[in-house]
Amino acid sequence: MDGTGHRIAALTAREAGFVGCRHCTRVSPMGTRTCPRCGGALESRDRTSMQRVWAWWLVGLMAYIPANLYPMLLTRTVGQVQDATIVGGVIELAHHGAYGVAGIVFFASVIIPVGKFIAIAYLAVIVHRPHGHKPGHLLHLYEVVEWIGRWSMIDVFVVAILAALVQFNLLATINPGVAAVCFALSVVFTMLAAISFDSRRIWDQIRRTSDESPA
Amino acid sequence: MAPSDDLVCCPVCDALHEIRGVEEGKRLRCVRCNTVIAVDRPEAIVRVVVLATTSLILMFIVIFFPFLELRNGVFDSEASVFETAMTFNRGIMAPLAIAVTLFVIVLPVARLMSFVWALGPLTFDRPPLPGAAFALRLADTLRPWAMAEIFMIGVAVALVKLGDLATLAMGPAFWSFAAIVFITAIQDTQLSKYSIWTALDTASRR
Repeated sequence: MDGTGHRIAALTAREAGFVGCRHCTRVSPMGTRTCPRCGGALESRDRTSMQRVWAWWLVGLMAYIPANLYPMLLTRTVGQVQDATIVGGVIELAHHGAYGVAGIVFFASVIIPVGKFIAIAYLAVIVHRPHGHKPGHLLHLYEVVEWIGRWSMIDVFVVAILAALVQFNLLATINPGVAAVCFALSVVFTMLAAISFDSRRIWDQIRRTSDESPA
Repeated sequence: MAPSDDLVCCPVCDALHEIRGVEEGKRLRCVRCNTVIAVDRPEAIVRVVVLATTSLILMFIVIFFPFLELRNGVFDSEASVFETAMTFNRGIMAPLAIAVTLFVIVLPVARLMSFVWALGPLTFDRPPLPGAAFALRLADTLRPWAMAEIFMIGVAVALVKLGDLATLAMGPAFWSFAAIVFITAIQDTQLSKYSIWTALDTASRR
């Protein structure tokens, strides 16, 4: 079913003196600034990539702390005000007996964000110098981080839906808390951190010999 | 060596490949990182355009019809996606209103419209419209930010949370939305950067 393209003597577009377009896969002579086919910006290796990764990573972390401390949901029922944090909301779901849903929310709003912070930092540290890891494994890690990050938005959308549906004046009202904003920002910032990472770097620091073995 | 149409770089790892046509129905993967580089399905372009158009029509239903109705003896309410996005429209929550509107409505719609704009004329054997390249690039950039399917899971979680408070019914928008999520998933499997851009190139030369 699957085949591969013909491999050329030179290993990468960069080594062959080309700069490749990440939008449309066309190669142009090194030094070209915009892709003649799709008009995208060209850069052989994104030099500011690491700075941006760390900057977004840091603001993401800064937003993640208040997101966990402040309430995500403010529920008012007949004069009583209840607030629930992210973890509080998960515990409440588990009390209802909805373990499956509690699991999904816990995974999306606790495990994924924490895992992402660790994974992005690990990747950003490791690609700087020669490393013994199989590039294929690092790429898998990166692709998982990039793909899964957006799923953390579940909790923000849940808050939005609940707040839109439950507005019954004195009887019951649900309003979003400060943490909803912080959490949404944290997810956006970490997504930007993941996108800023230049995956082509994973291969750059590897000695040619070890590189050739299929990952 | 001079750059030519046959030379293709892997967008993920920069490995250089030479592609001389793809056998029909086959996929070419990067020799180094296994990323799919080219898919030859001649009908893919038509399929993407049709799917995107369908999603756009469904999106209209999604935005303005209620997707959840909540009932118990004492109170009733219903919410459309549009209303949901607008719940945050006051005070410090305003940025959240903008974010939800963008992720759930604006960006998915923008992405679908880009596909139709860039590839639509190709299905009628016409030259592409001006700005087709920009539209395709936009669709590529927007991909991670269009979060309609995540909103669906959010609806499911909200259903459970409200389950013992009231009876909930799914409105017409809910099912349209479910259809869009499914259609978008199929649409994305049809795509390969190389094949789409090659098709656009061929059409421009005509």
